[in-house]
Amino acid sequence: MALLDVTNLSISFGGLRAVDNFNISIEKGSLYGLIGPNGAGKTTFFNLLTGVYKPNEGIINLDGNNITNMKTVEINKAGIARTFQNIRLFKELSVLDNVKVGLHNRFHYNTLSGILRLPSYYRTEKIMNEKAYELLKVFDLEGEADYLAANLPYGKQRKLEIARALATSPKLLLLDEPAAGMNPNETKELMDTIRFVRDEFDMTILLIEHDMKLVSGICERLTVLNFGKVLMSGETATVLNDSRVITAYLGE
Amino acid sequence: MISFISYLINGISLGSIYAIIALGYTMVYGIAKMLNFAHGDVIMVGGFTIFWTVSTQGMSPLIAIPLAVVLCTILGVTIEYIAYRPLRQAASSLVVLITAIGVSYFLQNLALLIFGANPKSFDSMIPVPPMQLLDGQITILGETTVTVISCLIIMGGLSLFIKKSRPGQAMLAVSEDKGAAQLMGINVNKTISLTFAIGSGLAAIAGLLLCSAYPTLSPYIGSMPGIKAFVAAVFGGIGSIPGALIGGLLLGIVEILGRAYISSQMADVIVFLVLILVLLIKPTGILGKKLQEKV
Amino acid sequence: MTKKPGINQAKADNQVDTNIKSNNKNSNGTIKKAKMSKSTRDNMITYGIVPIAFIIVQILEAGNLISNLMSGLLVSFCIYIILAVSLNLTVGILGELSLGHAGFMCLGAFTSAFFSKCTVDVITFAPLRFILALLIGAAVAGLAGILIGLPVLRLKGDYLAIVTLAFGEIIKNVINALYVGRDQNGFHASLKDALSLNMTDDGEVIIDGALGIIGTPRDSSLLVGVLLILLTLFIVLNLIKSRDGRAIMSIRDNLIAAESVGINITKYKLMAFSISAALAGVAGVLYAHNLNSLAATTRNFGYNMSIMILVFVVLGGIGNIRGSMIAAVVLTLLPELLRGLDKYRMLIYAVVLILMMLFNWSPKIVAWRKQHTTRYFINKIFRRELKPANIDQNTADQNKGGQ
Repeated sequence: MALLDVTNLSISFGGLRAVDNFNISIEKGSLYGLIGPNGAGKTTFFNLLTGVYKPNEGIINLDGNNITNMKTVEINKAGIARTFQNIRLFKELSVLDNVKVGLHNRFHYNTLSGILRLPSYYRTEKIMNEKAYELLKVFDLEGEADYLAANLPYGKQRKLEIARALATSPKLLLLDEPAAGMNPNETKELMDTIRFVRDEFDMTILLIEHDMKLVSGICERLTVLNFGKVLMSGETATVLNDSRVITAYLGE
Repeated sequence: MISFISYLINGISLGSIYAIIALGYTMVYGIAKMLNFAHGDVIMVGGFTIFWTVSTQGMSPLIAIPLAVVLCTILGVTIEYIAYRPLRQAASSLVVLITAIGVSYFLQNLALLIFGANPKSFDSMIPVPPMQLLDGQITILGETTVTVISCLIIMGGLSLFIKKSRPGQAMLAVSEDKGAAQLMGINVNKTISLTFAIGSGLAAIAGLLLCSAYPTLSPYIGSMPGIKAFVAAVFGGIGSIPGALIGGLLLGIVEILGRAYISSQMADVIVFLVLILVLLIKPTGILGKKLQEKV
Repeated sequence: MTKKPGINQAKADNQVDTNIKSNNKNSNGTIKKAKMSKSTRDNMITYGIVPIAFIIVQILEAGNLISNLMSGLLVSFCIYIILAVSLNLTVGILGELSLGHAGFMCLGAFTSAFFSKCTVDVITFAPLRFILALLIGAAVAGLAGILIGLPVLRLKGDYLAIVTLAFGEIIKNVINALYVGRDQNGFHASLKDALSLNMTDDGEVIIDGALGIIGTPRDSSLLVGVLLILLTLFIVLNLIKSRDGRAIMSIRDNLIAAESVGINITKYKLMAFSISAALAGVAGVLYAHNLNSLAATTRNFGYNMSIMILVFVVLGGIGNIRGSMIAAVVLTLLPELLRGLDKYRMLIYAVVLILMMLFNWSPKIVAWRKQHTTRYFINKIFRRELKPANIDQNTADQNKGGQ
């Protein structure tokens, strides 16, 4: 059974059907790409998946559970984590704390233990620090652990966002234009990191991207969105060579 | 029944003043997206200007009133230029709000230094005789008649101005989308200045009407009516001119009836409870629009 | 998206540079430790200021170097400090503006004074009575924080500010209209006047409307105030550096991102708001037990008080706990020290508030400040060969690189 199963998903704003009768099925462990021209409804689809918007119709199944109409927080607990097109870090927190916020629901101690500094505080904080450093190391950020997130260079901010999302230990990771604003070197490095994350964490990744080098380089399957509808889905090579897709991107 | 009707008339009178003040809040909120906390204190400045020029300098009200309007207009535009404009690009709306509170505090304490804390008695400047209805059972004060009529004229005039004139259209455009308006060649800074000018000019008139209806004047006279007028603006739907009228009238009536039938001390409590209920049940107010943040 | 090659090059260099750096710091455990001890040291200074100030005051007092007026103010300092630190939890850490902080203080003051006055004959051991009063005052204020916060914290920014203001005024007005008395049949309450309490002849009015409560035992002292400041600091600083504190600050920094990693927004907003309210209640308890008669006026529990606390917070630096403490003391002390300035005190507060906001937050002024640092001036004065244009170019490049 597929990890993510979306059937007949639709939402309209005013009269515009931003996502129209959308179907997608993503196997566990795959690296899946969602592409399409600007305004095709890709980010809207992410917002539907994560409960930011409620769909008008359709069902979203994650690992056999129906998560349609769940709240964002519950969806995250059910196993979806994401990054944002316009980076949304906790800017005034340190890089380490950004990741530790991601670990929030995995390691607990109550408020009183925190204020009174009971042993469970020290025990849990120690584990959280270790886990957070492990993740930062994956993204080569451990040297900047004590920096404020706002002071990181752009490329590292994007990486930190991925690290924070991974900290919630999701089943499905959504990346919204992870390579936006990166130079070719950084993009190449990012591709390696994404592949590494998939292999190391046994992660399923769905990403939106405009950089075709990245898409063709790491995605196994693609779905092309155009005007809110699925134009086609399939193996990356097949899709990218399809005349309809080329037309959608380049015009007649 | 008779007393109820006269309470209702009082409520409409107070509500009309709230509506005029609420206009200033609602226009500034709609266009500059900020809560101008100092608006109530501009009312106070208007009241003191008229008081000082007429009572101390012996000027004719016919000169004093336009003078107060001009002074408040200049004050409003200056406040915006010095204190708010530099912060318009700042990240958090909290920043502008705290600054506005500072401006409000500044005006209050400046007036306190100049005029002292003792309330001044303000002679009504409205020479309209009271009207007797139902064989003298109900008296409508001249102040009430003038207040309600001025409120209606201002509302009508302002609605026409925004619908028909070019600067009015520019205001609408800026309230919809600042960036797009700028691209269409609208001078956003000028438009916002104009909004503050209109709102503050109206505040001077509100000051006159308020002090005529409740003939005392103190540095704090503007702050409570100002806050209540903001409640009225929220009640009617912030950003909407008819909303300000409806919200103002309803709030004035609620306050006067509450004062009459429940307890004078609890009248303010009731007004604030109205605000809280409105925000909880329909945060956009009676005629407001819904806004959603883009993710 | 096209980019200038120069910038890319600079960025790539930067990347390499940091890579080398992180290679050098292989044992990141040591880095972590160094930083941890820095923040602990920071907190230690914050805590340390309080007893040191207390000891200095004691020495001055022993040497008769403090005027009567000043020693009368000492407990007020403690009250203002607790208020400023607790409001900073809402404004600086949670990132919401509350204009009703004095209302929570009012609740704490009245409930605790009510308790103390009722039990003054029953519990004769003053410290125990005060501790109980403290718990009651804090609990009631904190509970009010939850009740008010639950509906209100859904609102954003400006609305939240105005609603908290409204709640503060409601609390003050209701208490002003409240009459509570006690006779052989138990307690009576009324919102009209003392006569409507319908008490028997032995009845005693405890809360007398606008006159408030008269005859609260004076259990507050400077020592109590100092201990309560330390308690407040302990709670706030430890909360900030804990799992819950991180969650609260993540909401402040980016609500949507916080939700996306599973942070329960309502829970943590409420937590910060109610702890802040409970601590304002603690300040109220200290206030009530420092006076013989307690009445709710615009001056002590009104909107003006809330604004004054806000001024302390803004001046001390939003989110800076130690700054709040220092600002509260300095701003109260300054007008007392400079005689004749008292008249202008509020005006000065207002001007300072506006200027601080412009100085700290106006994008233009912030940019100007970055270009006109002390180092810039030193360069300009002593090293003429380093042309200003060069420096401007450098900072501009850095800005671009950072984007």
